[in-house]
Amino acid sequence: MTPSRPRPLSPHLTVYKWGPHMLVSIMHRMMGVGLATAGVLGFVWWLVALASGKEAYASFLKCAAGPIGFAVGIGLSFAFFLHMGNGIRHFVLDTGAGYELKGNRLGAMVVIFAAFVLTALMWLYIFMKGL
Amino acid sequence: MRGGTELGRVRGLGSAKEGAHHWWHQRVTAFGNLFLILWLIFSLLRLPDMGYETVRSWLQSPIVAVPMALIVINTFWHMKMGLQVVIEDYVHGGSRIISLALLHIWTFGAGGLALFSILKVAFTGTPS
Repeated sequence: MTPSRPRPLSPHLTVYKWGPHMLVSIMHRMMGVGLATAGVLGFVWWLVALASGKEAYASFLKCAAGPIGFAVGIGLSFAFFLHMGNGIRHFVLDTGAGYELKGNRLGAMVVIFAAFVLTALMWLYIFMKGL
Repeated sequence: MRGGTELGRVRGLGSAKEGAHHWWHQRVTAFGNLFLILWLIFSLLRLPDMGYETVRSWLQSPIVAVPMALIVINTFWHMKMGLQVVIEDYVHGGSRIISLALLHIWTFGAGGLALFSILKVAFTGTPS
C-alpha cells in the first residue's frame, strides 16, 4: 500500500563512513542484477542461436567476438567472480564467524581483489589461447 | 511476550516453520551454482574453439546437457529469488506487483527458451 504522505526515514546510508564491507555488499547486489539481466540474456541468446542453426549462431558469434561482446563478457565474468566470492564470504558469515572488524574488512577486500585476479587470469588465458 | 495474531495465539500451533524458507533456498541454490557455473566456465575454456560444430557436439553429450539443464533450473531459481528481494526493497505500491509479475515472466520465459534449446541440440545432434 502506498502511504498517503511519505513516512520519515532514518538517515541510514548517509551517516556511515564507507568501508570495504559496504562496497562489497552493494557490488554483490549490483553484480547479481547484472548477471540476472545481461548474463541471462547472453546465455539464452547463445543457446537459442545454437539450436536455431548455423546462420543464427554466426550472427551471435559475430557480436560476441566483437569489441562490445568482449566488453560485456569481461564485465559479466567480473560480475560472476565477485558474486561468487562474496557468496562464499556469506557462507562463512552464515556460520556466525567473520564479524570481527579486522577480519570482516579483510574478507571484503580479499573478495574484491580475487574478483579482479580471477577475471584477469581467465581473459589472459582466452587471449593467449585465441578463439 | 509472544508474537503472531490473536487467532494464532489461541490455536497455539506456534509458527508455520516457514520463516527461513526463502533465505535457506537462496543458500542451497547458491551452493549448487558454485559448482555448476565453475564447471561451465572450465568446460567452455577447454573447448578448442567456440564454433558451431564444436559447441553443438559438446552440448550433445549427456554429461554436458544435463548440467546445462540444471543451470537453467538451479541458477534461474536463484536469480528469481535474488531479483525478488531487490524488487521488494526498492519498488513500492502497485509497481511492485507489476515488477514481480514481470520477473516471473522473465524467469520462466528465458528459462523455457534455454531449456528447450539445450534439449533440441542434445536430442538432434549436429546436422550435417
